[in-house]
Amino acid sequence: MDKLKRKKPVDLILFLLTWLGIIITVSVLIFVVGYVVINGLPFIRPSLFAREFTTENQSLFPALVGTLMIVGLSLILAVPLGVFSAIYLVEYAKRGSRFVKIVRLTTETLAGIPSIVYGLFGFIFFGVFLGWGLSLMSGAFTTSIMILPLIMRTTEESLKSVPDTYREGSFGLGAGRLRTVARIVLPAATPGILAGVILAIGRIVGETAAIIFTLGNVARMPNNLFDTGRTLSAHMYALANEGTHPGEAHATAAVLLIVVLLINALSSWIARSITKDRG
Amino acid sequence: MEITNKFLINDVNLWYSDFQALNNINMDIPEHMITAFIGPSGCGKSTLIKSLNRMNDLVEGCKITGSILLDGENIYGDIDVNALRKRVGMVFQKPNPFPMSIYDNIAYGPRTHGIKSKFVLNEIVEKSLQDAAIWDETKDRLKKSALSLSGGQQQRLCIARALSVQPDVLLMDEPTSALDPISTGKIEELVLQLKKDYTIVIVTHNMQQATRISDNTGFFLLGELIEYGETQQIFSIPQDKRCEDYITGRFG
Ligand SMILES: Nc1ncnc2c1ncn2[C@@H]1O[C@H](COP(=O)(O)OP(=O)(O)OP(=O)(O)O)[C@@H](O)[C@H]1O
Ligand SMILES: [Mg+2]
Repeated sequence: MDKLKRKKPVDLILFLLTWLGIIITVSVLIFVVGYVVINGLPFIRPSLFAREFTTENQSLFPALVGTLMIVGLSLILAVPLGVFSAIYLVEYAKRGSRFVKIVRLTTETLAGIPSIVYGLFGFIFFGVFLGWGLSLMSGAFTTSIMILPLIMRTTEESLKSVPDTYREGSFGLGAGRLRTVARIVLPAATPGILAGVILAIGRIVGETAAIIFTLGNVARMPNNLFDTGRTLSAHMYALANEGTHPGEAHATAAVLLIVVLLINALSSWIARSITKDRG
Repeated sequence: MEITNKFLINDVNLWYSDFQALNNINMDIPEHMITAFIGPSGCGKSTLIKSLNRMNDLVEGCKITGSILLDGENIYGDIDVNALRKRVGMVFQKPNPFPMSIYDNIAYGPRTHGIKSKFVLNEIVEKSLQDAAIWDETKDRLKKSALSLSGGQQQRLCIARALSVQPDVLLMDEPTSALDPISTGKIEELVLQLKKDYTIVIVTHNMQQATRISDNTGFFLLGELIEYGETQQIFSIPQDKRCEDYITGRFG
């Protein structure tokens, strides 16, 4: 208490507010995770991971596969495109040029559009116009458009945060721009880029509206890329909507949580192994 | 020994967009000597040294007229800029090792220019680190991150990195301004050592440093070369009043 007494009142108030903020944030997190785990864990049984979904056994396995497929496909589409566009904008285009400004404005706008709009667009364009129907392809293309601005933005920021002195050092040794970007700038920016990818994965995994519009919500293992299916979030939505299997819904939530944690751990492991002995 | 000139700088004017940073510079830089650029902040020392290996190309809106001949060839003519920068190496004001191992920092340059053999790379790394007087401190930790070195060690590493591509010229822009006196002393000693194999151009704000190590000194003011000659002469009997004021610390 001695320490606190010597502080000015404003300091004390700020100090308390900071702690209040921390306590509220952490307890909300603990409450949500605890709630999901306590309600979900008892229902996690091997039968939940059966290959087939039946009315008697509401297996979440098809939805788990669907989630991994959508995430994988969507990243394959969006990450290279987003990263290369960002490289172009930061490393090649004239800094502050009109073109760059227009592209940036467009991506920012795209990032702010509600996901249901993407869902509707995906349904009409990929599903109807291209004739892909409700399928993994429609779903993955739609979610990849959704996460593209996010990937671009975070990649741009991490490229910009690489100090120019690294670039100068590389050019000064007679390296060209391509080598400088590939060997010096990109490795230094990788942790930031992966952080963006993790956020993007979170966005896909948590998506329901756009998924139901484009992938559909059929509890079945997709047979090929043009087959329909569902994701864990959509599965939860369906279970919760019917209201007949609250236990399975909670179990799905717990599994979803674990999947997200695993993906995050995997990504930061990748980031660490890439940046190892780089300091 | 006859003096040959490494660089011939003829009527160089340089603009950053509308701002003229260099004004009609004419200067010869002799081979195997240390040439120092001095002058108050903002007078164009960095600008001139960076135009010797065309690092100014990276600055948008930078325009240059006149010519700079390196061994008789105009570096602003139709040349390969990367090959130029291989011949004219640069050490920067703030040590800027790449965020990778000590070994990879040195091997980066040779690898850039196509050397793949592990054996050759090992030799280059050892030789460069030895020439930069940092081999003893690093030989047991070549695989460790270069960022774990101290500031002075990092700067010597950067010198080793510049030497790794076997340049003819070493440009150094205030290489010791971020370092403590002991590291500074080591680098000055090193620069004097390197003089026999390289032509060195150094920017410095430290008058003692210029007198200690350089053969020739150029004094700049507001983008102009005011006085240029043998360091001894410049510091003992400066011809120009402004130069005298500057080196005696009465400038301003
Ligand atoms: N990239 C740039 N764009 C616009 N103006 C610049 C740029 N770089 C330098 N200048 C200007 O050119 C002039 C010369 O700059 P320069 O960096 O060559 O000075 P300097 O002699 O190296 O100074 P210092 O001793 O502080 O390093 C300064 O007026 C500076 O503001
Ligand atoms: Mg400078």
